[in-house]
Amino acid sequence: MEILLFGITREIVGRNSLEVPSKETIQTVGQLKAWLGAQYPALNKLSSLAVAVDSEYAHDHQTLSPGQEVALIPPVSGG
Amino acid sequence: MERMLIKIVEDIDLQEAYQFLLSPKAGGIDLFVGTVRDHAQGKEVVKLVFEAYAPMALKEMEKLAAAAQQQWPIEKLVMLHAVGEKLVGEPVVLIGVASAHRDAAFTACRFLIDELKKTVPIWKKEFYQDNSVWVNAHP
Repeated sequence: MEILLFGITREIVGRNSLEVPSKETIQTVGQLKAWLGAQYPALNKLSSLAVAVDSEYAHDHQTLSPGQEVALIPPVSGG
Repeated sequence: MERMLIKIVEDIDLQEAYQFLLSPKAGGIDLFVGTVRDHAQGKEVVKLVFEAYAPMALKEMEKLAAAAQQQWPIEKLVMLHAVGEKLVGEPVVLIGVASAHRDAAFTACRFLIDELKKTVPIWKKEFYQDNSVWVNAHP
């Protein structure tokens, strides 16, 4: 599973996207967030961290499926 | 007739927005232009850099435009947001609403910029003389 990264999450990870190893059993958005937080503790210090699935905000209990576009959404600051 | 112009752009074109908003049915056009300010948190700002998750940002902007059109009688609506490096004084966001009467135009314009700041996936990095920060990233 590939995760798109933007803003401060891109800087924390150091890349535009991140590949979750297939050996990881991540089925939901909540599990993905927990795994990412463990890999990159700086993510836990953000004011908020949302996940978008197919360019829609996703709830923690939402199930992830292959082929979906998944992105990390740090606190927005447009305008 | 196309009633909405929603784009992520390199540069905001005020003339393009105004021309789009013109309508014989509109008695008022409200324009909000957000610009780069030279200070933040007591420090001098040198420049801002904006980054967008463009497909999702456009989707979220379209949702806000649809919500505004349900609440107020809007003839034309424009939402433009810039990405990339922006210097002090340059426009970074433009919201425009044309309506028969000014009340709806003012109210819808305010709603659109306030909501854009809450939900649209666009990020701003502020550059000062000595460092830079992603705005809102940390509590």
